[in-house]
Amino acid sequence: MTENDKAVSAKAPSFLDYAPAPESTSVLHLKKHYGLFIDGEFVDGRGDAFTTISPATEKEIASISNANNADVDAAVAAARKAYDRTWSKLSGADRGKYLFRIARLVQERARELAVAESLDNGKPIKESRDVDVPLVAAWFFYYAGWADKLDYAGLGPNPQSLGVAAQVIPWNFPLLMLAWKIAPALAAGNTVVIKPAETTPLSAMIFAEILQQADLPKGVVNIVTGAGDTGQALVNHPDVNKVAFTGSTGVGRAIAKSVAGTGKKVTLELGGKAANIVFDDAPIDQAIEGIVNGIFFNQGHVCCAGSRLLVQENIHDEVVDRLKARLSTLRMGDPLDKNTDIGAINSKAQLDRIRELSNVGEAEGAERWTADCAIPENGFWFAPTIFTNVSTSSRIAREEVFGPVLSVLTFRTPAEAIAKANNTPYGLSAGIWSDKGSRILAVADKLRAGVIWANTFNRFDPASPFGGYKESGYGREGGRHGLAAYLESAGWAAPAVTKGGKK
Amino acid sequence: MTIEKAIALAPAERAVNLIGSDLTEKSLKLHLEGLSGVDAVGLEQRAAGLGTRSIKTTSKAWALDTIIKLIDLTTLEGADTPGKVRSLAAKAMLPDPADALTPQVAAVCVYGDMVPYAADALGSAWSNGSDNGINVAAVATAFPSGRSSLPIKIMDTKEAVANGADEIDMVIDRGAFLSGKYGVVFDQIVAVKEACRRENGTYAHLKVILETGELNTYDNVRKASWLSILAGGDFIKTSTGKVSPAATLPVTLLMLEVVRDWHLLTGEKIGVKPAGGIRSSKDAIKYLVTVAETVGEEWLQPHLFRFGASSLLNDVLLQRQKLTTGHYSGPDYVTID
Repeated sequence: MTENDKAVSAKAPSFLDYAPAPESTSVLHLKKHYGLFIDGEFVDGRGDAFTTISPATEKEIASISNANNADVDAAVAAARKAYDRTWSKLSGADRGKYLFRIARLVQERARELAVAESLDNGKPIKESRDVDVPLVAAWFFYYAGWADKLDYAGLGPNPQSLGVAAQVIPWNFPLLMLAWKIAPALAAGNTVVIKPAETTPLSAMIFAEILQQADLPKGVVNIVTGAGDTGQALVNHPDVNKVAFTGSTGVGRAIAKSVAGTGKKVTLELGGKAANIVFDDAPIDQAIEGIVNGIFFNQGHVCCAGSRLLVQENIHDEVVDRLKARLSTLRMGDPLDKNTDIGAINSKAQLDRIRELSNVGEAEGAERWTADCAIPENGFWFAPTIFTNVSTSSRIAREEVFGPVLSVLTFRTPAEAIAKANNTPYGLSAGIWSDKGSRILAVADKLRAGVIWANTFNRFDPASPFGGYKESGYGREGGRHGLAAYLESAGWAAPAVTKGGKK
Repeated sequence: MTIEKAIALAPAERAVNLIGSDLTEKSLKLHLEGLSGVDAVGLEQRAAGLGTRSIKTTSKAWALDTIIKLIDLTTLEGADTPGKVRSLAAKAMLPDPADALTPQVAAVCVYGDMVPYAADALGSAWSNGSDNGINVAAVATAFPSGRSSLPIKIMDTKEAVANGADEIDMVIDRGAFLSGKYGVVFDQIVAVKEACRRENGTYAHLKVILETGELNTYDNVRKASWLSILAGGDFIKTSTGKVSPAATLPVTLLMLEVVRDWHLLTGEKIGVKPAGGIRSSKDAIKYLVTVAETVGEEWLQPHLFRFGASSLLNDVLLQRQKLTTGHYSGPDYVTID
């Protein structure tokens, strides 16, 4: 350091301590209390209301109705009535019009939705603003286009809608998961009862306002809030024809058991422990970005997160050094600040689980490194953490942490990389980093995972199907394949029985 | 397949240290081909991500002043006259007549024949080879195309240095680079570096212009950046400003990554200069963010980072006035140079 350098660094405040740039919450017009959204109206739930808090501050945001069995009955009845009387009688083109209208309204109220999502979920505003909400609009636009083209969905002519869909979604992408569920269901002609996660109901409540604004016929979409028992009542309800669930493998297994033999069609999007494979010829700077995006995007609360880094042994040290340097530049803090990279962990319960598994990782002999971040006093926070010297049998290499924790393992040959990547009960996603196209194709061909990214990670598009192998669930969401979850082939032999104008 | 003849290259210190004393066209080529590839989609995504940083209030004020301190105020036209250069020099010294606290720019950048007028006009503000004051930078080596023989490029450089240029902005031979003759490009840079030597043994700073718009691929930009540093460049610079596209954020990010890697490898600090096409404060701030988050804040000093620009300065001054007074003025409240 020259004398000149010293003078500069001593005098100037650090530019990298960017001045606060908080997104204004003035676009939000929150109510103190939100009811259930049944038959087009907000109604009070009969269970004990609960409070939703901001995980970054632990401050209360609003009180939320709790739906008991009677409320779930009412919601399913409203959906059934809307299916029989209205929605199944509309033409595909007319259903499409409503979906297009919803998509445009999401765009119009994008900022409001993004702020609500970051407030309630804890994710950084740059992600809710640039990823979640734009994808929500994209999902509705995409499936709006399908509504009058179902004959071309690959299920033969005149495929039939199923009826009432019961949908239960997780807290990691509250509004995006809602869009993944509702858009294809409505496009295919079904009506919906959906239950948002207990810790993140807020954006769904604003979405209900959007449905009112769009003049969607009453009862086509019903939103019931509550905890696990509400979800259980919903999926076990005798009058639903289809169950769609995204969440943990444990709950998914219970749902599969409870609907077995009922004739309900089921899709499950469950956990994952994705391998992100970095070969020694990878574009190194972009691979580092991809590793960061793979596991630290959304605080690692991503079912398809690249939580197992498989790096070729001869570049292990270089990759780990570069990764640590990069992680040291991540900014953790107020989710509403536009410069925040890492937001808050969604709940105390989740934070406890991340802490527990990280401690197990250490106890099992892995080497822990945590980025040097100032942890805010209130709220739930976990600094980006990587584990090296992780053995394949370690729990942090086997179990889904669902947090900003990366396990680093090595491999020597492509065959070993493939074997290690597939050695998991899950199979949701995987990543491959190499400059050699032929290697990418050859490896991708042998990986047992539903989604494989090459030289990128965690990229989503409504036209691309998404779903897992093995314990990561069954069925596909997104794309033409996502429609199959909400339609039944009319069969080639039987003449098409149209319930009203189907097309 | 034939074994290429080992054509010996000029023994530039950095290259010898890294590649070995038997430096040849072949060994240089193997070295450059061993560099990691660049994924275009990922690079552009990262640059776009850095571009979303929101720089407000005190950070913005610091950024605006820093941008001014990092500007090479430039005029490179066939129509340049001593009068035009004098006017530019006056603006360099006193960017905003309404606010004496406005910092001065880093350098004025002109064609070689205009160097004496620039130095004269700067007067006591001229750094004249010292660490304080405004530098005079001259473009040389048959700028902007570089289509001329090496002796002429050397003469061009020597004349500018003799006229008092503190910095030389040379262009690489893109034709040689694109035809795979990395040794030719390398030897020319080494020769021009030597031509930057003053009589007293000190050197004018050498900025090596890659003309990234003509190299076309990010892999080429990484190779050319590395090659220019190996050959002795003090700065690597994106563009002449005469070819479109000129400086872009992804290209600059990539060059900064090369500089960061070089620093990790050798401890040596190389400068980066994006030039051409950066016209607004908003864009320039994105570059500051990219520098700070890639190589570190230390690089935000004139001896390690520059903006090659002409119209950028006035936009920064307008933004600066807005920040000081709280309201927008207009183009008539800043001077044309």
